[in-house]
Amino acid sequence: MMLATETAEALGGVSNAGWFLQNAWLIAVIPAVAFWIIILFGKKLPMKGAEVGITAMFASFVLACGTVVQWVQRVDDTRGAEHGAFRALFSVGRSAVGRAAENGGGHETRAYVEPVIHQWTWWQAGGHKFTIGTHLDGLSVTLLVLVSFIATLIQIYSTAYVRGDRRYTHFFASLTLFAAGMLAMVSAESTILLLLGWEIMGLCSFMLIGHWWEEYPNARAALKAFFTVRTGDVGLLIGISILYFASNSWIQEHIPGQNGFSIQGISEWAQSGDGTHTVLLVAAVALFIAAIGKSGQFPLHTWLPDAMAGPTPVSALLHSSTMVVAGVYLVARLYPVFYSGFSIASGGLNPMALIGGITILISGILALVQVDIKKVLAYSTVGQLGYMIMGLGVGAWTPAVFHIFTHAFFKACLFLGAGSVSHSASHHSFDMKKDMGGLWRKMPITFTTFIISTLALCGVFPLAGFFSKDEIIDNAGHNGFQAFQVIGLLGAALTALYMSRCVYLTFFGKPRGASAGVHHEVHDEDEVHAMAQAMGRHAQTAGGTDLEGAELEAEHAGGHDTHEGPHESEWQITVPLILLAIGAVAAGWINAAAWHVENFTEWTEPGLRAGISAFPELQHAGFSWAKASLSVFIVIAALVVGTWFSRAFYSEHRFEGFTKRHRFARGIYGFVWNKYYLDALYERVIVAGIAGPIARAAYWFNQTVIDAVVNNIGIGGKLTGRWVYRNVDQRVVDGAVNGTGYVSEESGGLLRGVQTGKVQQYGALLFGAAAIGALILVITVGS
Amino acid sequence: MLINQFLLLGAVLFCIGVYGVLARRNAVLVLMSIEIILNAVNLNFIAFALRNNNIDGQVFALYIIAVAAAEVGVGLAIVLLIYRNRRSIALEDLSAMKG
Amino acid sequence: MYAALVAQNVFFGIIAAVMIGGALRVVTTKNVVHAALWLVVVLAGAAGQFILLSAEFVATTQVLVYVGAIVVLFLFGTMLTRSRHGTDEDLTLRQWPLAAFVSILLLGIMAYVLIDAFSDDKLPDESALLVDNTAAISDAIFKPYLIPFWALSFVLLAALVGAIVLARRD
Repeated sequence: MMLATETAEALGGVSNAGWFLQNAWLIAVIPAVAFWIIILFGKKLPMKGAEVGITAMFASFVLACGTVVQWVQRVDDTRGAEHGAFRALFSVGRSAVGRAAENGGGHETRAYVEPVIHQWTWWQAGGHKFTIGTHLDGLSVTLLVLVSFIATLIQIYSTAYVRGDRRYTHFFASLTLFAAGMLAMVSAESTILLLLGWEIMGLCSFMLIGHWWEEYPNARAALKAFFTVRTGDVGLLIGISILYFASNSWIQEHIPGQNGFSIQGISEWAQSGDGTHTVLLVAAVALFIAAIGKSGQFPLHTWLPDAMAGPTPVSALLHSSTMVVAGVYLVARLYPVFYSGFSIASGGLNPMALIGGITILISGILALVQVDIKKVLAYSTVGQLGYMIMGLGVGAWTPAVFHIFTHAFFKACLFLGAGSVSHSASHHSFDMKKDMGGLWRKMPITFTTFIISTLALCGVFPLAGFFSKDEIIDNAGHNGFQAFQVIGLLGAALTALYMSRCVYLTFFGKPRGASAGVHHEVHDEDEVHAMAQAMGRHAQTAGGTDLEGAELEAEHAGGHDTHEGPHESEWQITVPLILLAIGAVAAGWINAAAWHVENFTEWTEPGLRAGISAFPELQHAGFSWAKASLSVFIVIAALVVGTWFSRAFYSEHRFEGFTKRHRFARGIYGFVWNKYYLDALYERVIVAGIAGPIARAAYWFNQTVIDAVVNNIGIGGKLTGRWVYRNVDQRVVDGAVNGTGYVSEESGGLLRGVQTGKVQQYGALLFGAAAIGALILVITVGS
Repeated sequence: MLINQFLLLGAVLFCIGVYGVLARRNAVLVLMSIEIILNAVNLNFIAFALRNNNIDGQVFALYIIAVAAAEVGVGLAIVLLIYRNRRSIALEDLSAMKG
Repeated sequence: MYAALVAQNVFFGIIAAVMIGGALRVVTTKNVVHAALWLVVVLAGAAGQFILLSAEFVATTQVLVYVGAIVVLFLFGTMLTRSRHGTDEDLTLRQWPLAAFVSILLLGIMAYVLIDAFSDDKLPDESALLVDNTAAISDAIFKPYLIPFWALSFVLLAALVGAIVLARRD
């Protein structure tokens, strides 16, 4: 885009901010440039563009780390804490502020740390200014480093996973573009740039889910993802517009140089209390709808499981750790709007907490019946996002943001682990029941990291999930949302149950199918699909066969030594797994409330500011071992039960036929298996209804009514024209024209009589005129 | 004698002359009517000369007579020419216009 | 004195009647030659009026020029341009009522104006003009009106030359 006027405006003490903070725009620009390089030159490069992508992401990661360091310094400088950045990261000691928290709850008054805001005006029209720039505070910095780190690991992973793919270069280009979009979004200082990043992410999601679009289910899944998220995006547009028009005058009055697109300005306006509650509520609802769509909350959660049709790195990057948290990020970023709009402080029921809670429950139940490992993880993601949304809904802002941070590590690790299993063990199949089992000995690294991440996900002490998820549940109770506290605990139990089932089916028991090294004839259509997918070849769709199963097998056999059986994956896959697992273990310790380590809170949560504040005053629950022990106990109990039940059901076949015997159980099972018939509702009722009868009705209306109006106008015009022609034109106008001619002719004919050429006639006229002249003279002059 | 006698006489002659100019077909007769008009004017001049005791009126009348003579001479020459060209001196025949 | 005035009025009346009658005949007669002769009557009558108005020289000039030369001219003209003699031709236009109307209109206006303006103005009984009328005229011609006199002579010359040029046969 053209920088029409390059006025770098800075707010909030930028001049003394560090180099990384001032030039954070590079973090989003480098991947954007890399995208173009990969698109234009990627195919000619030695590594087919992957090297450009990985280098760009790593560069962004380094820059993001720089911003983190400088931001922590900034916070320390503002709040006068004792320890420096690096030591504080993992210090178990007590921070100056943490001492206050010892006294069991209540809130601490933290000084407000001004965010670093850089702006350039790229277009001005009629008093409205459109800016592009960065807004860096704890939240953005956290996500910057998170996204760039995980994106780098995923790109390294992909070099092994999609090796030989039909569109290898484009895959990396899309991943890089996605990273650019998300990095732009999390560092955006205006809602317009946020929207831009949001849409870029949506586009890349579509491209990446449908990466193997030749197989029809993938294309359908990509479209479903795109349309479902798009339904929510309407809310984003409406919300941004409402906020702009509502806040513009206030912001221009109170903050010179900013307008209604400025995120900082909107936050301050929402906090000031000058905005009417109704406007805030409507804007909050609109933005929340966008968050529901993007973050896969009920009722727009149906696209996430289907999005697993994309390659596993995509699922690991977009649909678990980074893109789907964009909705949560949106809420967290514009939190004052939601806090005031939904009246979170008052502790009553509010839509966010409600939706989050519902999502937690329904996703947990759905995850229990899945046979596809990626779908289990997808529903798990939906549930964890539900936790984040619920956390934001109950006023637990920092725990929710911290959960974004920790969840990214272990969820990405889980997905990559599933990908590792499919890549090296189950012949590109994700079906747990058919092709996995007994892999714990064959794939030790994958197994270990998977277990660590599972425990982190369940919230087992001392892993990351414990410190983040439990804080959400804790704060829910503290802030007066006891019902959601219960839901949170139930959700934790469900998580433990389905994850234990998933782990058991994947790694324990007897090896089945491909994991057993069985190379059965590939006649089954789904397996052909799966293999064809992984090999990136055209395969049969619903109908004729292009490639026979045997041929595929032969080709596949030529790919790698098939009779080796399941084995551990190569280093490009295992190293990212290990790194992520380390993150899953260690990330929680940044904010270990048990030991009053509150570094994350301190660094990300904006404090209070004298005058116009930009963030609401939040309540923090104090940590108590009693509450923690309860949740840990529930989780461990659920894990045990789950593992025992899985073993009993799947290995020892003890409860076989339960659903056949009991109709009620079968009914429930069927209900859940069909995803509560929500997909049926959306696709067959809503979409088909619109596509079918409503579209037909609209078409009829268009043809018969609207077109009739238009046609009748045309006919009317024609008739009018004809009438006008006959009467007005021919008779009146032409009559007048002809009349003038006739009159001229006749009068000419009359007057011609004067010009006879007869002298005596002239003489007569002359004398006559003279006589009359004299008469007139006599009369007028008077006698 | 009232001056009006002569003036009125002059007026009557004038009008008869006008009638003759306008109503006579023969060009020569028209010229004769013009002579009548001129005479009427002369009468006027002379009458006023006497009334105003000024000789100028009579001088004027003399000059008018002289001019009238010249005019008749040229006029008749023209009539002659017309007659030679058109074989007729009826004024209505002399008009070349078509309507 | 009184008798002279009465006699003047009587003579005026007679001559006026003759003139008017003659003029009417000029414009109504069907014979061109007769018209010319009636014109003589009119012109002679005018001369008589001039004498009554103490303009002897003008009267004399009138007879000499008008009656003597101009009428002869007219007669010659008549003779040279007439295709036939006699009273066959219809000498009055068909539109003579219009001409009559115009002339009567004119007469009416003029009469009104004249009567209005000069209602009872009398001409002087004795006039200084009577004394040496001719001498007075010559004095007037050759002193104040000399230039018009010369111009007039040129006019006559031009008329003469022009008439000859126009009328000669080539």
